[in-house]
Amino acid sequence: MGNVQNTPHRADVGVVDSSVQHAAHAHAAPTGFIRKYIFSLDHKVIGLQYYFLALASVFTGLILSVLMRIHLVWPEWAIPGIGIIKDEQYLGLLTLHGTFMVFFVLTTAPQSGFGNYFLPIQIGAADMAFPVLNMLSFWTTFAAFIVMLGAFFTVMPIAGWTSYPTLSALPNAGSLPWGQDLWLLSIALFCAASLMGALNFITTTLDLRCKGMSLWRMPLTCWTWFVTAILGLLAFGVLLSGGLLLLLDRNAGTSFFVPGGLVVNGVQQRHEGGSPLLWQHLFWFFGHPEVYIAILPGMGVASQLLSTFSRKPIFGYRAMVFAVMAIGLLGFMVWGHHMFMSGMSPYTAFAFSLMTMAIGVPSAIKTFNWLGTMWRGKIRFYTPMLFAIGFVSLFVSGGLSGPFLAQPTLDIPLHDTFFVVAHFHLIMGVAAIFGIFAATYYWFPKMFGRMMSESLGRLHFWFTFVGTYAIFMPMHYEGMAGRPRRYGSMVVAGGLFNRLAALMPLEKFISIAAFVTAAAQLIFVINLFWSMKKGEKAPVNPWEATTLEWTIPSPPPHDNFAGNTPVVNHGPYEYSVPGVERDYVMQTDPASVHAH
Amino acid sequence: MGTLRQSVGGSGRGDNFREGGGGGERYRPGRYEPAGYYERLRRYRLAVAVLLLSVIMIFVALTSAYIVRAGMGTYDTVTHSYVYDWKPVQLPNELLLLNTLVLVLSSGTLEMARRNLNARAVTAGLTGLPGVAVEPERSAPWLGITLVLGMAFLAGQFLAWRELRSQGMFLATNPSSSFFYVLTGAHAAHLIGGLVALFYAAFATVFGKSLATRRIVVDAAGWYWHFMGALWIYIFALLHFGK
Amino acid sequence: MGLALLLVVWLITFVSTYFFIAHPSWMWLPPVATTYGPQIDSQFTYTYIAMGIVFVAAQVALGLFAWKYRDRGHAAAYYSHGNIRLEAVWTILTAILFVGLNLMGQHIWAQARFQGPSPGSEQVEITGMQFQWYFRYPGSDGKYGRTLAKLEDPSTGNALGIDPDDPAAKDDIVSSTLVLPVNRELDVTLKALDVIHDFFVPEFRFKQDAVPGLLIHMHFTPNRIGDYEIDCAELCGSGHYKMRAGVKVVSEADYQAFLKAPQQWLTEHPWNGPMSRGLMQESEAKPPAPALQLAMRHHQSQAENH
Repeated sequence: MGNVQNTPHRADVGVVDSSVQHAAHAHAAPTGFIRKYIFSLDHKVIGLQYYFLALASVFTGLILSVLMRIHLVWPEWAIPGIGIIKDEQYLGLLTLHGTFMVFFVLTTAPQSGFGNYFLPIQIGAADMAFPVLNMLSFWTTFAAFIVMLGAFFTVMPIAGWTSYPTLSALPNAGSLPWGQDLWLLSIALFCAASLMGALNFITTTLDLRCKGMSLWRMPLTCWTWFVTAILGLLAFGVLLSGGLLLLLDRNAGTSFFVPGGLVVNGVQQRHEGGSPLLWQHLFWFFGHPEVYIAILPGMGVASQLLSTFSRKPIFGYRAMVFAVMAIGLLGFMVWGHHMFMSGMSPYTAFAFSLMTMAIGVPSAIKTFNWLGTMWRGKIRFYTPMLFAIGFVSLFVSGGLSGPFLAQPTLDIPLHDTFFVVAHFHLIMGVAAIFGIFAATYYWFPKMFGRMMSESLGRLHFWFTFVGTYAIFMPMHYEGMAGRPRRYGSMVVAGGLFNRLAALMPLEKFISIAAFVTAAAQLIFVINLFWSMKKGEKAPVNPWEATTLEWTIPSPPPHDNFAGNTPVVNHGPYEYSVPGVERDYVMQTDPASVHAH
Repeated sequence: MGTLRQSVGGSGRGDNFREGGGGGERYRPGRYEPAGYYERLRRYRLAVAVLLLSVIMIFVALTSAYIVRAGMGTYDTVTHSYVYDWKPVQLPNELLLLNTLVLVLSSGTLEMARRNLNARAVTAGLTGLPGVAVEPERSAPWLGITLVLGMAFLAGQFLAWRELRSQGMFLATNPSSSFFYVLTGAHAAHLIGGLVALFYAAFATVFGKSLATRRIVVDAAGWYWHFMGALWIYIFALLHFGK
Repeated sequence: MGLALLLVVWLITFVSTYFFIAHPSWMWLPPVATTYGPQIDSQFTYTYIAMGIVFVAAQVALGLFAWKYRDRGHAAAYYSHGNIRLEAVWTILTAILFVGLNLMGQHIWAQARFQGPSPGSEQVEITGMQFQWYFRYPGSDGKYGRTLAKLEDPSTGNALGIDPDDPAAKDDIVSSTLVLPVNRELDVTLKALDVIHDFFVPEFRFKQDAVPGLLIHMHFTPNRIGDYEIDCAELCGSGHYKMRAGVKVVSEADYQAFLKAPQQWLTEHPWNGPMSRGLMQESEAKPPAPALQLAMRHHQSQAENH
């Protein structure tokens, strides 16, 4: 390698060096509308784009779930503009509900949305490592979203968000053309976008930290975004491969997932020699890490907020980091626990089960440390803190049904019943959503320069918190009673099989709770958009927090630190330090404020 | 950093995009690039390493599917037993070996281009010294040869596919032919990405890129390209020995 | 606000726990009807007690801390970065709990899935197709007749594609209601003709996917006479929710009578499942005609075929 730093050779380059010329404009923001808001390269704009994409998706998913709940208990209701929901449509609704929620909400908002916005700021960088790639990643996700809407409006795919072949591979088994194909195409695009995003996150975290921001001084949010990006990098490629193979099975006549000798609706299939279990392995090798992709950023946010609002350092910072890493690592070794009943070799169930139970340990460490953080604190109950506490409560409730399902023995009666639905909605769905809400209330002042309404926020919290439990707790009982998932009608016309009829009052209770909780989300939307315009002006550091985003104006200037790269002298959670006048020490405070 | 930025000039902030007319308030993507050559090199190498990790995962998934399928019995409804029906593809070995050679050769020529750029960077700063000759520009031709070889490899793969088709082995004929097309096709798709990067590197002068930028592009594209070569040898070995 | 949190979190905890403890029968695992079922239930109970204690402890602590350590204008919070010893103790405790629970349950799984059925078990073949279950008994020769994909056609009554030219097929019995002898071990073969289905009988504590291209052998022993319901527990297409069937566990004498004249026996002893529990409020009980008719049609066409 030559010592190139000292060897400018512009004649060879053939272009005039421009850095000198444009030094004065180095921090100018783009002015054109398109460059500024549409094809922006600014990580903050891209973060918001992701956030609003997730917001659109979450309301799509929410409406779908309300329609599902209507169909389950009042199947005769005619919905204006839709009519009576048919049982087949119910399957379409649940497939798209799952897909929108898992991919376009739980993967998009916590990681791509808030991660994009705050990772660079929290580590003291002016932007992500590759802004163009970042923009490309968002627009690919957006394309995936549009294609998924296309699936919604052509023929709804009915194979569930897991799309198990052979149902999903054989059009005349029910996965009709267009719907299922667009679904797969959308997922493939989403995978590609997520890979780009993961690459950007990892490089940014490793390479763009400012002076003094050692890995052990990163806020836990950054740690979780980092580990999530690694999970995404390793998982999405596998789903992409699987998705392409399934597309080929559907459209090119290959037989990766379709065995020979099948007769579907009286038509003999020409496929031969594939394995339906192969898809399940590929899918869950992605699918289980995906669960952690959804929840890890929420854990980071909860840690951040519990420490900030308890005015206490996080309990066991390093234990938290190691727990996140352990969860990420173990997350790749447990995919088989989704397949205990699949016909997979029963011997492997031993190993998968043991690994899965082992994940309970780092999860328990996290819970313990969250409680430890609140212990002897001085808790301020702002809305973001309420949602963080709600997150912990839901994480505990959803997590503790895990050890039931992780044991193959107990999975026999519980697999594919509402017990599973209750489990993953509490932990992966609502807990992660609580993480998103907490993050929204916490960072809104920074993102929009105004405060959100506290009273509306509290109202929103109480409705959502109680409503969530009212919806999902009873589902455990239903699952134990043997209520299978993905059944459009509880009671078949003609009344032949009424084993589940006794559950009907409970189903109605759940539906009503779901309607109320869904309606309560309007409070959030009103609060969000009203506060953007009319909220109280936000100071630089409204929560008296310590991390870097609270050192810069709200909203942050175009390049975050206005050219003054910060220097970090302290860990991220220095609250109530004895002998320091303020009850918090900013990461950028002079080292002399508090010696370690 | 500050002093570095001044001294590197050409490899600094301004060179990452083409300079247009007025400039002014125009938004410039490369703004946040680090100034120093080594900082930039490190970042792009890191990105390529991370990128390759995701490529590896794609092929790990395909490989495990391949191995599982090759060793799997399928249930035969007539005999009520599991039969091992894996019929390996007759690979056009000579042609594929030739393709392998072409690809390996292209890695060599790319390395020559990279070395030429490095040598130029070293000697360029010593122009004033007696007895030191500035290394002449040879990277563009080397890159051109690499490009041609890369495309020759793709053409060779295309011939291989045609040969299989002429034997009646299509994508959907049987599981092993499906895997053959999918593995080689996925590799070819990734290779095309590498070709685009090399094309960009070869014409970087035309695009008005600095020497430092070209070195970085060639270096990053080089890692990717060498990996594509190794990946191809791996796939070839898998198809050949993993029946 | 701390007090409100305490009250709400505690209330949710106690209401949930109350229902988990004082569960009415209709919101709990239905009564067991197989020999290995009680073991599953006791493992369930252990897990449920352990998780219940952790659940209550964690939620109670959360509510308590929220209230007790609220900002009362008191002096600064306690400055602490954690406690390694506590952390280690907690980690070891949870590891013992989780791994212990896991190891406790493994022998049940091993017994159910590692060992084959004992010799002399009663054979039944369960086949799923969209959206119907078919049950086949090998008959007196103990051998299932050959099936051919090209013969599969529900409209002719030969949904399983049984080859009439195979001598072993002559005495095969196909039914759409499953009739099982009590206290006899069953050697169950699971098949699927089109997509993945799942054979699930909650009372049996039995569930297993039927996968196209796989022949899955399972075994269990029903030990309580009664009528139960089979649900398909794997999304199998637009009629998934309709894919239910009846299973009757009957005395040995009844079982032999069924094998002798399946059609007649089923007419005289129709499947009369969960409705007899008296839990019906939503819809009126109707005679279980469709399933039986299917079974009858099946046997008739079988007879015609042979």
